[in-house]
Amino acid sequence: MSDPRARVRIVANEPLIHARGLVKRFGSFTAVDGIDVDVQPGEAFGFLGPNGAGKSSTMRMVGCVSPPTGGTLRILGMDPRRDGPAIRGRLGVCPQLDNLDPELTVRENLTTYARYFGIPRKVARQRADELLDFVQLSERAGSKVEPLSGGMKRRLTIARALVNEPEIVLLDEPTTGLDPQARHLVWERLFRLKQQGVTLVLTTHYMDEAEQLCDRLVVMDGGKIVAEGSPRELIDRYSTREVVELRFAAESQAGFADKLAGIGERVEVLPDRILLYVEDGDAALAAVHERALTPASVLERRSSLEDVFLHLTGRTLVD
Amino acid sequence: MAAVFEFYLVAYRRVWRGSAMSSFVLPLLTMLGFGLGVGAYVEGGVDGTPYLDWMVPGLIASTALQVAVFESTWPVLSSFNWVRTYEGQAATPVRLDDILGGNLLFVVFRALTSIVAFLLVALAFGVLHSPWALATLPIGALLAFAVAAPTFAYSSSVTSDSYLALLFRFVVIPMSLFAGVFFPVESLPLGLRWLAYASPLWHGVDLSRAATLGVAPEWSVAGHLAYLAVWAVAGYLLARRQFAKKLVV
Repeated sequence: MSDPRARVRIVANEPLIHARGLVKRFGSFTAVDGIDVDVQPGEAFGFLGPNGAGKSSTMRMVGCVSPPTGGTLRILGMDPRRDGPAIRGRLGVCPQLDNLDPELTVRENLTTYARYFGIPRKVARQRADELLDFVQLSERAGSKVEPLSGGMKRRLTIARALVNEPEIVLLDEPTTGLDPQARHLVWERLFRLKQQGVTLVLTTHYMDEAEQLCDRLVVMDGGKIVAEGSPRELIDRYSTREVVELRFAAESQAGFADKLAGIGERVEVLPDRILLYVEDGDAALAAVHERALTPASVLERRSSLEDVFLHLTGRTLVD
Repeated sequence: MAAVFEFYLVAYRRVWRGSAMSSFVLPLLTMLGFGLGVGAYVEGGVDGTPYLDWMVPGLIASTALQVAVFESTWPVLSSFNWVRTYEGQAATPVRLDDILGGNLLFVVFRALTSIVAFLLVALAFGVLHSPWALATLPIGALLAFAVAAPTFAYSSSVTSDSYLALLFRFVVIPMSLFAGVFFPVESLPLGLRWLAYASPLWHGVDLSRAATLGVAPEWSVAGHLAYLAVWAVAGYLLARRQFAKKLVV
């Protein structure tokens, strides 16, 4: 692929994506409630949040297929309301659900899509072959899409999103529904794209995905941004260094909470276990034993983005 | 729009052999069934024209309509809800009119290919009386667009394909039976006659019949064309509004 950074630098004094007070309403329902976002060239930026947090609505506005209800949105220095087609020509979109054509071959899916961007047939064929090589699907170039595995389809969708050599690639839950091998292959390819200077914007509710890929992320909840920073910063700010998970062999864990009070910064009682948010797991555990408490099982671990996420967006199930 | 049309052609290339074969089956069966079978019972034909020769141009128009409506139902529903082709196209520089127009262009193309097959068979059986028979192609194209556009609007506003079956049962089949394809509309009771005149098919049938028989149509050519054009334009605007509602949200 040619170097997309060369084109990016021309508008480098402005963020690639610039949103202020961005709002999206559907009737009386507010999906996105006044968010401020700046994405810089070459960044991998993530939107995290539970279902219904407004991630996909935001992505659709950035993808210029959904007009904002209010606020400012500028992409690549242009206005989506006026310059939709021009902006879309420089974006790559990998939707949450694959919309490949099952009747066409793997290669034809790329070449026909390239034509939507006005790419000449010959260039389209050449680029299709390069991209199939990049996503490791060259051997399946001539086969239909229908029988491909979920991971292969997802890689093909990513290849298709790259067919116009986009400056920004939008990925809506890029590895949802994939098995671990397939996920790691997708992550590895996305990481290579990032190294090539392509700006990645993704949504996810997998914390490991966010930690793997994102330089910076925002946590969304109820249409608002509730936290922003690098994965490390967020853990430092909203959680402790370590977490100790205790499981007591009793019907209810709640009775033990009082006995644990004062150990660490925070004690969280769940139906099946108790979490201690602490700086030093070993010291905390020693304190637990000092109080003559004997949990049936103990797990000491480092704090993760998942702890931050659950702390900020709550443990209530959202569907 | 060309790029969208091209996509449909690439997809069609994979099935065109089977599709072309089946395009010849209906005309062939018609020639045999109506020419040798029914035709033998219809003495004196219709207004002095042998029954088969009278009926074939009507069936050409009716085939164009059925192909056009079919291509505007399940494929459209699928492009919204199942394969989600339109969603993929909408993410590119392609505009709403390109998405809709490119697909409609393909529907017209499919109608034209079935008319060509029908004309070839009709020619072989000697039922075409005038070089004007070639005019059935542009007539069929206009008729196909005139029915495809409102059908796009319908298919994009329903959520389940059981509504599509209703369209065939209560609109397409009655229209095919009563809009002057198999017998003159004048044989219908007055109330039904007006329904037949209101259907886009009758206008396509009357024009096609005039073309293959080399006679003047019952109604003015300009009137027919204008009526079909109204269906085409109104249908397109309805479909466009529906597409915008579903794709730009």
